[in-house]
Amino acid sequence: MEVKTANFEQDHAPVSCKVSGAEAVIKCLLAEGVDTLYGYPGGAIMPVYDELYKYQDKIHHVLTRHEQGATHAAQGYARTSGRVGVAMATSGPGATNLVTGIADAQIDSTPMVCITGQVGSHLLGSDAFQETDIVGISTPITKWNYQVTKASEIPEVLAKAFYIAKSGRPGPVLIDITKDAQFDTLDFSYKKCKGIRSYKPVPDLDHSQIESAVAVINSAKKPLIVFGQGVILGGAEELLKELLHKTGIPAAWTILGLSALPTDHPLNVGMVGMHGNYAPNILTNECDVLIAIGMRFDDRVTGNLDKYAKQAKVIHFEIDPAEINKNVKTDYPVLGDVKQTLEHAIALLRPNSHESWVQQFKDLYKIEYEKVIDGNLNRNKTKVGMAEVIQEINKVSGGDAIIVSDVGQHQMKACRYAKFNKTRSNVTSGGLGTMGFALPAAIGAKMGCPERDVVAIVGDGGYQMTIQELGTIFQTKVPVKIVLLNNGFLGMVRQWQQMFFDKRYASTEMVNPDFITIAKGYHIKTKQVTERANLNDAVMEMMKSNEAFFLEVIVEPEENVFPMIPTGAAVSEILLE
Amino acid sequence: MEKKNYTVSIYTENNLGLLSRIAAIFLKRHINIESITASPSEVPEVMRFIIIVAVTEEQIKKIVGQIEKQIEVIKAFYHTDEETIYQETALYKIKSEAFVDDHNIQNFIKESNARIVTVTKGFFVIEKTGKRHEVDHLYEVLKPYGLMQFVRSGSIAVTKNEMPISGILEKFNTTNSLS
Repeated sequence: MEVKTANFEQDHAPVSCKVSGAEAVIKCLLAEGVDTLYGYPGGAIMPVYDELYKYQDKIHHVLTRHEQGATHAAQGYARTSGRVGVAMATSGPGATNLVTGIADAQIDSTPMVCITGQVGSHLLGSDAFQETDIVGISTPITKWNYQVTKASEIPEVLAKAFYIAKSGRPGPVLIDITKDAQFDTLDFSYKKCKGIRSYKPVPDLDHSQIESAVAVINSAKKPLIVFGQGVILGGAEELLKELLHKTGIPAAWTILGLSALPTDHPLNVGMVGMHGNYAPNILTNECDVLIAIGMRFDDRVTGNLDKYAKQAKVIHFEIDPAEINKNVKTDYPVLGDVKQTLEHAIALLRPNSHESWVQQFKDLYKIEYEKVIDGNLNRNKTKVGMAEVIQEINKVSGGDAIIVSDVGQHQMKACRYAKFNKTRSNVTSGGLGTMGFALPAAIGAKMGCPERDVVAIVGDGGYQMTIQELGTIFQTKVPVKIVLLNNGFLGMVRQWQQMFFDKRYASTEMVNPDFITIAKGYHIKTKQVTERANLNDAVMEMMKSNEAFFLEVIVEPEENVFPMIPTGAAVSEILLE
Repeated sequence: MEKKNYTVSIYTENNLGLLSRIAAIFLKRHINIESITASPSEVPEVMRFIIIVAVTEEQIKKIVGQIEKQIEVIKAFYHTDEETIYQETALYKIKSEAFVDDHNIQNFIKESNARIVTVTKGFFVIEKTGKRHEVDHLYEVLKPYGLMQFVRSGSIAVTKNEMPISGILEKFNTTNSLS
C-alpha cells in the first residue's frame, strides 16, 4: 500500500545510494537526530541489530532487560529531553511486551517511535514462529502504526513516523518491518516529513475564540487556572508565568502539569484531583471562571462530573479538538497551540490582581497544613513517613532534581511534596498508572538530561515489576538514584481496602526479598535506613554519589494518603482524614 | 438523551488497517455498529466509509471527534436519517414451489418494487432496494413462504446538503503540492 505524504521539503539534496532495509532504518534514525535508543534483539529484528553493531559509534543502543523497560526508558528520555524516544524489539513476544509502554505513552501524550521486527512477508498469516499481529494489537493504543513489507518504503514511513509522533498532540507510533524488507536493498534517500494531507496537527488559530475567552477572564471575580502537560509539551512555561504575573490568577496543576510552574511561585496553589491539595479542589466548585490549559479533565481530576465546577464558566485552551466537551462542557474553547493562544491572550488581558480570592487559597492551605501536611512532614511516630523522605531529598536537591515516580501512595506523596524549580522535572505514569514505570523511565530520564540529578521514587510493589532493569543500570553505569519506600504493602490498594472494604487486606501484604542484597548483586551502591536519625545522612550520601545508588527506607506500613476525594464524590467533598 | 440512528460518513486515505482503527473507536466505547460499508468516493483515491449506529447525539459528536483525529482520516461527518438519502439492498431466496403455488407472491413483489433476479427449478431470488423498513416489510411478507436464505447489505447514503470534502482536498492540493 502506498503511503501518501504531502509537502516534503528537502533539508539537503538527497544523495541516493544502495543500502539494505536494515541499514536504511539506522540511516533514518540518524537523519532524525536519534543518538540513543532502547531495545532488545531477537530473530526478526537481527538485520537491524547487525547494522547497529556497525554504527555503534554514532548511535547508542541501550539493552534493557525486558522490552517493557525499553518503552518506559524511551518515555523517560522523551519526557526530560523533549525529543522523540525510540524503542526497538523483535516480533512476537518482543513486540507484545511493548504494549504497556505504548498504551502509557498514548494516554500521557509522549512522543515515541517503536520499531518491531516481523516475520518474512511470505510467512505473514501462517502462524510462523514468533509471529504476532502487532499492528492489529497496537492499533487502539497508537497515534499511528504501519507494517512495512518492502524495503523501499522504509525512508518515507520512518519520516512520517517521527513527524506524527512529535507534531500536534504527541503520541506513540509503531512501525513493524518484515524481515525480508530488512534484508532487501533500496536506493536510499531521506527527506524529513513536513506534512500529511489528511492530518492537521495544530488547529487554525481563531482570534474570535481568544477574544471571547479574554473578555470572560477580564470580568472574572474568582478565576482559577488548571494547567496540564500541554503547557510543557507546547513549551509555554514562560507564557504561563507571564499570564499569572499579569492577571494575578491562582494556578493549580494536574499530575502531568507538575513542574511546569515552580513550586514556590506565589500563585502556585497546588495539585487538583483525588489526592491533590485541599484549596484548589474546594475552590474549583467556587470559582466563577475555570481556565483549563492543556489538560483533559481526567476522572481523577474531576471526581463526580455532575458536581464539577457547575457554577463556573469553563474556558479550555487545547490543541486536540476531540478533547473539547469530551468530559466537561466547555463554554469557551480556545483551539490551538498554547504557545500561540496564550501569547495572544496575554496581550489582550487586563492587568489584575485577585488578592482576596488568592487569600481564600491561603486560608484553606492553612487548614490542610494543620490537618495533613504538618503530620506528614513532622511525624511524632517512630517509623519514618514517605513525605519525610521526599522532604529530605528536597533539602539536598534544592528542587533541582528530576523526580521519577512509580505508581501508588509514594507517587502521590512524591507529587505532593517534591519541590521543583525547573520544567520537565516530573516524570510519572499519570494516565495509565503503570506500576513498574519508574525504574526504567529513570534510566531514560537521566540519558535524556545527563547534566541533572535523577531520583526514582519507587514502592516495593511496582519496583518488583521491572526490578530486572537494575541490570541495565549496572551495564550502562547510568548514575540514577533509586529510593525505595518500603512499607511491605501494595499501599494504595491497602488504603482503599481499609477505607472501603472493611480492612479486608486481600493480597496486598508483600513478603519481600532482601532488596539490598539484590542491588548488591548488580554491584550498585546501597544504603538502608530504618531510623529517622539516619535518614538525612543517607539521602546526602545518595545525592552526592557520582554512581548509581540504591536507598531503601523502611517506612510506616499503614500510612494513608490524604486529602482524598472518594470515588463518586465531588471535588469539594474532599476528605482531610 | 434519546438514541437514534446516525449515519457517519468518513473520507479517508486508502490505507490498510484503517477499518480496524475506526472499528476500534466504537468497540472501546461498547457501541454496536449496525452496518458498515466501504467504497471509493467521488474523489479519486479517497475512500468513503458509511457506518450506521444508534447512539445519542452527544455520543456521536465525541465519536466523530475521535475518528477525525486518526491520521489518515480526511474528514468525518454525522447525519440523521432526515438529513440523508439512504438505501439498502436485500436478497431473498425462496423455494420455487411457493412461487408456483401462490400467485399472491407475485403481487407482493410488484407492490413492493422488488424484482426477481434468478429463477431456477428449485428456487428463485428476489432483490429489493429501499429503505430499512421497506426491506423489513418484504421480509415479513415473504417469511411465511419459507425463506431459504436472506441477506441484506449495509446502508449506503448520500447527504442532502453538500459535503465540503472536495473543497477540503482541493485546499490541500493547492497549499501542499504533492512531492
